[in-house]
Amino acid sequence: MHDPTRIVPGDPGANVIEARITPPLMAARGLGCVVGGQPLLSGIDLTLQARRRTVVLGPNGAGKSLLLRLLHGLIAPSEGQVLWQGQPMTQAHQQSQAMVFQRPVLLRRSVQANLRFALKVRGFTGRERARRVDEALEMAGLTHLAHRPARVLSGGEQQRLAIARALACGPQMLFLDEPTANLDPAATARIERLIMGAHDQGVTLVMVTHDQGQARRLAQDLIFLQDGRVAEAGRADALWQAPRSEALRAWLEGRLFVTDPR
Amino acid sequence: MDSLFDILMRAFGLVAAWDGTLSEIVGLSLQVTLTAVAIACVIGLPLGAALGAFRFPGRRGAILITNVLMGLPPVVVGLVVYLMLSASGPMGVLGLLYTPTAMIIAQTLLVTPIIAALSRQVVEDLNAEYAEQFASLGVGRLQRMGALLWDARFSLLTVILAGFGRAVAEVGAVMIVGGNINHVTRVMTTAIALETSKGDLELALALGLVLLGIALVVNVIVMTVRGTAVRAAYA
Repeated sequence: MHDPTRIVPGDPGANVIEARITPPLMAARGLGCVVGGQPLLSGIDLTLQARRRTVVLGPNGAGKSLLLRLLHGLIAPSEGQVLWQGQPMTQAHQQSQAMVFQRPVLLRRSVQANLRFALKVRGFTGRERARRVDEALEMAGLTHLAHRPARVLSGGEQQRLAIARALACGPQMLFLDEPTANLDPAATARIERLIMGAHDQGVTLVMVTHDQGQARRLAQDLIFLQDGRVAEAGRADALWQAPRSEALRAWLEGRLFVTDPR
Repeated sequence: MDSLFDILMRAFGLVAAWDGTLSEIVGLSLQVTLTAVAIACVIGLPLGAALGAFRFPGRRGAILITNVLMGLPPVVVGLVVYLMLSASGPMGVLGLLYTPTAMIIAQTLLVTPIIAALSRQVVEDLNAEYAEQFASLGVGRLQRMGALLWDARFSLLTVILAGFGRAVAEVGAVMIVGGNINHVTRVMTTAIALETSKGDLELALALGLVLLGIALVVNVIVMTVRGTAVRAAYA
């Protein structure tokens, strides 16, 4: 039986998770982003399989959040392209995705109104919208807070609302940019349960985290970024056991690995 | 000669008596000002939201123009509106000169840039916070503008208040286009100017007290609403 993913050797900064069985949901080909003449990401080649949980790791400034934004189409790449089911990604494809940010962006409205707004934007009307609002509230454990202003919720509740809002729209792929940063273990656990529940429903997850424990709990596939390039990518269980890049090995061992000592 | 205290007391007496003249002048003032502010909101809020939320060629120039227009001298606006509405002007046929409508037009021209420029800043700040989330959700342009205006509603109250303050205290433009005609176009500010020049300081002061009272009431209402909104995390 074949492993569904394969590490393709080549440029050490551009390993590829290559699909062999199922067609990839999303792929990046030669993706790069230059800001003010400075390349922040370059030569990113990766393939994201449907219904997988991919965790993006790397030190500060490696380009993790930028990569998510490029993949989700929030930022136009300076080079390369993002493919959705083999086609260049369009705005219509973007509607099959959702993103949750490190700091939840909630409207100055009630919890329920935040959900209603997102569903209205995505074209859900009437009973279907009401049903999805109720389901999302229940899934996130926020039913009792439905009429509360969203911005008075605790940090964990706000993030659960942001995730519930994203999932209410029924995305195929969910991007999560450090959704549990600055949250306590209890809040983190609830969010991880929410995320895993979404995955069980068939949502493909791409998540940035700094937390090694969280990465070990959630990752099926791993992308390790270093200095704006993919230092390593592949099946998480294989990489945990035998990291090939010095950067990932150092990170796993808790050593400081600094390429630019300035 | 009466002391300032005597004049003040008589002015309070006039306000307390609230006679027909006073009520007519205050009523027309509020009618003209509130209508002008309402029209300015209809034009200025979407304009400010568009300038704050969207990037388009010429945007910086448009922002510069609205900022410059905020400082329009009222007498210049009054003169321009006068020239437009006078018998020989392009809109002279409408016969609007020396009517409350002419005063509303002048005040609208003065207030719209204030509301547009200040709401642009409020919306731009909010848009910076919401932009990525809106892009992720795929929020359309009109939806975005509507959502930003709605979510900034309590901050925009202060903007509207600034416009109201400018309009209700304005004298130069309404004097030129309204003519300060008794029972037709006499409002608080033009009446104060007239009564002061006539030496009828009681009525002038009484109108001034009413003007202050209106400003106070409006401010208290807006501050209360805003304070409640901030406490409830809606602002």
